[in-house]
Amino acid sequence: MSKFEGRKIYKGRVEGEALVTSEDISFYGGCESSTGIIVEKGHELEGKSIAGKILVFPSGKGSTVGSYVLFALKKAGLAPLAIVNEEIDPVVAVGSIISEIPTIDHIDISKIKTGQKLVVDAGSGVVVIVE
Amino acid sequence: MGLELTKDDRDMLDGKHGKAARKAMEIITALGEIFGAKRLIPVSSVQIAGVSYHNLGEAGLEYLSDMAEDGQTRVLTTLNPAGMDLIEWKKHGISESFAKNQERVVDAFLKMGVIATCTCTPYLIGNLPHYGEHIAWAESSAVCFANSVIGALTNREGGPSALASALTGRTAEYGFHLEENRIAQVRYDIEARIENTDDFGLLGQVIGARTKKAIPYITGVANATTEQLKSFCASIATYGGVALFHMEGLTPNRTQVPNKTEVVTQDELDAARSELDDADAEIDFISVGCPHASIKEIAWIAEMLKGKRVAKGKTVWITTAKPTKDIAIRMGYYDTIEKAGAFLVSDACCAVAPLKGRFKGLLTDSAKACFYARGKNSFKTRIRTIEECMKEAIA
Repeated sequence: MSKFEGRKIYKGRVEGEALVTSEDISFYGGCESSTGIIVEKGHELEGKSIAGKILVFPSGKGSTVGSYVLFALKKAGLAPLAIVNEEIDPVVAVGSIISEIPTIDHIDISKIKTGQKLVVDAGSGVVVIVE
Repeated sequence: MGLELTKDDRDMLDGKHGKAARKAMEIITALGEIFGAKRLIPVSSVQIAGVSYHNLGEAGLEYLSDMAEDGQTRVLTTLNPAGMDLIEWKKHGISESFAKNQERVVDAFLKMGVIATCTCTPYLIGNLPHYGEHIAWAESSAVCFANSVIGALTNREGGPSALASALTGRTAEYGFHLEENRIAQVRYDIEARIENTDDFGLLGQVIGARTKKAIPYITGVANATTEQLKSFCASIATYGGVALFHMEGLTPNRTQVPNKTEVVTQDELDAARSELDDADAEIDFISVGCPHASIKEIAWIAEMLKGKRVAKGKTVWITTAKPTKDIAIRMGYYDTIEKAGAFLVSDACCAVAPLKGRFKGLLTDSAKACFYARGKNSFKTRIRTIEECMKEAIA
């Protein structure tokens, strides 16, 4: 069991499956808000759904409208369960806060693999790989 | 964390001023912590982006409606362009269903006490901070104008964070609110002819693309009008994400002059122009007013269109703020322009209106408009002076 300590962006404790990418994500234009699927051409996660996953990626990029895309996903029940970043950007931070998605950053994400079961306790800034 | 809050800040965070103020304060304190701010500071003016229903969508509208349940602005707050002229939308070919949704967005802002006139040039219509004033503005061109030309202090806010500042009157003190982050980093000596708004746009494009986020100190521009500077601001922010520049003899901020010097040549400006000129552009749409046209520009355009007629198969939009349009109506410019078959469109612009599929090629004096015409609407583009745009309109 490995444990990482990071920084709280938005509180909440969840348990779920990791979906990991080493590439930044632009939610505006890069993720379809009606399906939760990553649609950016050539992205590592292209065609994959982020709904209900603990989404692990380095940082956000792109337009500030991206915050509203996270909000739309949440309203549609298609948001990630939690977000784990290396270094958060303001677009994702604001998106997490307005959508109330547990979010944490300052985590070395290279240690986390897709499919692993994680516990994210964003309030205390902790990510644990359970198995 | 090191973010110090006042009692009033904490009360908002604890929900003592309602749900919307609490959410707003959560956003501001989180950004403050992320960027290492030590405290929050008051802002006296806010400009909100994310107003066109075309960009916002149903989810964005839902967020705004939630905030409008008990949210009230604490400071002067104005809005970015909407997707349509809020009054004359029908004659510009906007659909009934889009109009209905756009009105819902504006109503949500109205309910919060936002001054619901929609423009990217708030500084031309009464939201004009002074030198040294701390503000929270979204709209990248206006941010750049406020920081650089006026000498106010603002970060590049997004829609939700600007709204958060409107509802709390606060922002976190980091980035461009601190003098040490406003010092020029690269000097650009301009060795090119910079005469009209299109030239200023192209110059912004060249420097923006080259400097990225490094703050430019620009020499060699002898003089510039407000209109030319607004064109420059729009372009340098679009192509480089620049929120602040210094222009020798023209902008008010004090700074050290950087040692690192680069030269901008006429060749580079010409190359920028050819890059925006699609050889196969078939011009059926002519738009001036990105950023929104000033009354001086509208007067000049009316003069050029007097007694003329827009050519068949061409649509002309002159986009501006509603208060400016009202002056144009008073002065008879509106009648002159509309009699010629062009439209004086307020509250909207060619970058945020739902225009995809309606036109093939855009002719404009704005380098920023070219960027969005290509990226969002898949139009071909050509950039010329306002005078040449009007000549083409009536040709």
